[in-house]
Amino acid sequence: MSEVTEEQIANLRKQATILRRHIIRMTHNVQSGHPGGSMSACDIVTALYFHVLRVDPANPTWPERDRFVLSKGHACPVWYAALAERGFFPVEELMTFRKLDSRLQGHPEIGTTPGVENAAGAEGQGLSFSVGLALASRIDHKAWRVYTIMGDGEQDVGQTWEAAMAGAKFGLDNLTAFVDRNGIQQEGRTEDIMPLEPLAEKWRAFNWHVLSIDGHDFRQILSAIEEAQRTKGRPTVIIARTVKGKGVSFMENKIKYHGAATSDEELRLALAELEVPP
Amino acid sequence: MTLGPPWKMESPRSAFGKALVELGKRNPDVVVVGADTTESIKTVDFGKAFPERLFQVGIAEPNMMSIAAGLAAAGKIAFAATYSVFGSAHTYNVIRQNVAYTKLNVKIFCSHAGLTVGPDGATHQVNEDIGLMRGLPGMTVLVPADAPEAGKCVDAAAQLQGPVYCRFSRTNVPTVTLPDDPFVVGKARVMRDGSDLALVGCGIMVAKCLEAADILAKEGVQARVIDLSTVKPLDVATLDKAARETGGIVTAEEHTVVHGIGAAVASAVAENHPVPMAFVGVQDVFGESGEAEELLRKYGLTSDRIVEASHRVLTMRGR
Repeated sequence: MSEVTEEQIANLRKQATILRRHIIRMTHNVQSGHPGGSMSACDIVTALYFHVLRVDPANPTWPERDRFVLSKGHACPVWYAALAERGFFPVEELMTFRKLDSRLQGHPEIGTTPGVENAAGAEGQGLSFSVGLALASRIDHKAWRVYTIMGDGEQDVGQTWEAAMAGAKFGLDNLTAFVDRNGIQQEGRTEDIMPLEPLAEKWRAFNWHVLSIDGHDFRQILSAIEEAQRTKGRPTVIIARTVKGKGVSFMENKIKYHGAATSDEELRLALAELEVPP
Repeated sequence: MTLGPPWKMESPRSAFGKALVELGKRNPDVVVVGADTTESIKTVDFGKAFPERLFQVGIAEPNMMSIAAGLAAAGKIAFAATYSVFGSAHTYNVIRQNVAYTKLNVKIFCSHAGLTVGPDGATHQVNEDIGLMRGLPGMTVLVPADAPEAGKCVDAAAQLQGPVYCRFSRTNVPTVTLPDDPFVVGKARVMRDGSDLALVGCGIMVAKCLEAADILAKEGVQARVIDLSTVKPLDVATLDKAARETGGIVTAEEHTVVHGIGAAVASAVAENHPVPMAFVGVQDVFGESGEAEELLRKYGLTSDRIVEASHRVLTMRGR
């Protein structure tokens, strides 16, 4: 396994904090959007965009780029924040999120936002879309890989499992999917709404290579991605245990912050907690 | 040269399958996604010719649509092909989000449209797909009149940038066009000239319109017949001209009259040059089991009904 230095890990932590501050500000600014699930996926997105993905912010449609697909489209604040911090578009533009005439739509749109690769919003379509991308890379004998983040709520959707079967059938070892396992969906705990466990066993039964990690531990995230890259003949799913609203104490594990922005006072408290390390 | 009855009957899906193989030879970027219907809709031959470019995903049409979109996002021209009921109604929101909203190069080609699926019954007889698809922003909607046009739709769709929905019948249908006849997306084709009224049809109903025009001619009524092979974008110029020059329009479609080509033609004509109209099609009901021709008769999709509708239109405009 390639060495990841303490300095690199510290830098990723710093980047993630910057992204979380953007998420809080963007959703507060329009008093809408989905901060909770953006923050649970934040460390995975940070690891991908600031350590793993081969992308070129100056040339967002570079044909050889790795593809990132956000199947849980409602978490797009974290995607937009990462793209802006990577230089795909100006950071100032983040405050246009969800506003009229903005390039940053309430859910991702292809062709509008530089760096956005898929349209999502209706849940459960992103893994199928990723299978299509991975098939294209395979038949063209390309090296680029596909990384996808699903929500755990999306595990309710039938199409997710259609895609799971197809990914295994075609042996797509160039496809790595994350499940952002924060345990909460719009109306409550996933295990109350529609029980998912044993989730890892489900994916194993669908013939995927399955890894279970702490989705807020950068070493575990990076090591799981490396293992996925080494795995031949089948796709990998990384079930990442995460905390909805991660990073702001009063938002963590709260169902409310799936789809509710912070008040003015909460914004102040949240930003105070999200202090960017030097 | 104009063709007429007795018609030569040919299979649109066979023509589709053949054209797809030819396209595959010319263009290595063409790929096909199938959903356990590849034999019956004739994409199986593409798979035999190019096994690495046909992806069988089983009975999973939403998956088929999104996979096709993913392939298209990576630069492929992705054909997603199955029965019309699955390739439209069953997958509507996947098409909406992954195909139409994305403007990707996904070409949805569907056989088994309309009543003429026959004995399979109402669950398979989708009479709502044209309306669903023409409601999607940016979706090109094609309804070939016969087998030669079904083949031409393949090449036309591949050349076009963006999503396409194309539907045709399971049954063999009358061949009303010649291989060399022009086919241009967005262009309605005048099959027969006339200035007393216009018959605008799509799919198998183009042949019925031609038959109706023959009957009307014997009564001294000269009907213009228009093949509306592109439902969207609609050829407003040709329709407007027909309205102005003939003063009355009858539409005919193997589809519900609620939101099919009749509705499309009516809204275009009403804005430019309103004329009396009548609508031949399925009257807001589900179909049932039966042979194709029996169903067309029972549900009023015949040349006689087009003639009756023409009489109503002529009466309305005082003839």
